[in-house]
Amino acid sequence: MPQANAPCLLDAKQMEVHLQRLCREISALFGSEDAIALLGIRTRGLYLAERLQAMLESNLQKEIPLGVLDITLYRDDLSELAGSPIVRPTEIPFSLKDRSVILVDDVLFTGRTIRAALDALLDHGRPKRVWLAVLVDRGGRELPIQAEFVGIKMDVAMTSRVSVHMKDVDGEDAVLLESRN
Amino acid sequence: MPQTYRFPHRHLLGIEPLSPQDISAILDQARAFEEVCERPEIKIVPALRKRLIVNLFFENSTRTRNSFEIAEKRLSAEIINFDADTSSLSKGETLVDTALNLQAMHPDLIVMRHSAPGAHALLARHMKASIVNAGDGAHEHPTQALLDAYTLRKRFGRLDGLRVAIVGDIRNSRVVRSNLWLLTKMGAHVTLVGPPTLVPAELKETWPGIEIVHELEPVLPHQDAVMMLRCQFERGTGAFIPGQGEYVRFYQLNAQRLRLCRPDVAVLHPGPINRGVEITSEVADGPNNLILDQVTNGVPVRMAVLFLLCNPHGEQVP
Repeated sequence: MPQANAPCLLDAKQMEVHLQRLCREISALFGSEDAIALLGIRTRGLYLAERLQAMLESNLQKEIPLGVLDITLYRDDLSELAGSPIVRPTEIPFSLKDRSVILVDDVLFTGRTIRAALDALLDHGRPKRVWLAVLVDRGGRELPIQAEFVGIKMDVAMTSRVSVHMKDVDGEDAVLLESRN
Repeated sequence: MPQTYRFPHRHLLGIEPLSPQDISAILDQARAFEEVCERPEIKIVPALRKRLIVNLFFENSTRTRNSFEIAEKRLSAEIINFDADTSSLSKGETLVDTALNLQAMHPDLIVMRHSAPGAHALLARHMKASIVNAGDGAHEHPTQALLDAYTLRKRFGRLDGLRVAIVGDIRNSRVVRSNLWLLTKMGAHVTLVGPPTLVPAELKETWPGIEIVHELEPVLPHQDAVMMLRCQFERGTGAFIPGQGEYVRFYQLNAQRLRLCRPDVAVLHPGPINRGVEITSEVADGPNNLILDQVTNGVPVRMAVLFLLCNPHGEQVP
């Protein structure tokens, strides 16, 4: 639920600049590789991955396959949730074997989502390597996990939540600072 | 399905207490588990790790129990199979005593088949664990109806407005009652077909929207799906009909009758089938049949039920 008057960390224009940088960095490192793929983590990571896919494809002039991971079944706090959200299917329409995969999520915080995503991913096959791309790295890691591709790094208080809004689902591009709970 | 929806039930005693939204939630959830079941290698997720599930079967049911057991294993649950034949029940222990003994071992969920319709509700009152009804007499068999609905929804993309004929021994079938609740709640048109002795007219009191007819052939051209029921001779079907030959003559789904149906009609059967009685092999193995799809879909549907019940919402309703 969007909060009224939440401070804006990035507006649409600034978000576009950071997305472009992400895209340039990924292109520089992966542009020459044939077997690459993007894997978005539901739900915001998927929309971000779709955006990156379009940018990378026009940049590199080649098709970049895209898959989606739902990590709910692999969460380490699943038994503590009050009510399961309805889990949707993971869709990986390509073989992971010998492929370099870029996991995409909107915000990197504790690292627990990425831990779950790695477990889910490895149950589907054995990729050549896995990288992580995020729009915002807000610090606060609870596991030894880091992202290779970061749109913007910022230190955010534990009491705050970084909320990425995307045009396709939220009607606007913006990164907002909301209070947790 | 709104993002904020949470499955509100702690038990699955039948389809009757579920709302259309709850039914859709289970079917939507099953899609994610179907993906798990179709993975090339690791068909298992850690979602119910450290959960203890007891399979408590007071009646034989190899298929349903196997399907539940596969579902439990694919969710990484710990499983105990409680065989009622070798238990204290044969020494005269009551169901409640059995339940309390199980409770003392703190299971998270109990899957039970019992011949008495009220047994599951009784257990639910005495136990902290979630109870899943895996069949109770001729009352309900909710996971069968859910897997039938999943199979139909996958085939037709919807349940609303679907025309489904259920044919055969309606009287002795628990599958029918769960299916009647489910299909009518989801907006399907149901026609029950069978000899008057096997189709109790009073079903219309509970489900006024259904049709009851005694002739099979006239209804066949209008159906999207035909669900053939097993003649349950071991449950006394034979006492209600003049003879098997007569039943076959009027109600068997054979190739000739299949030609009366729409070319894309779906043929379902909860199994096990009596080849040559309610259905011929030609139809049971033919291109319209979804009988083995039903078996396949049973696993992800049961995974969905177990998963949703093990992580119940704060405000619980039975």
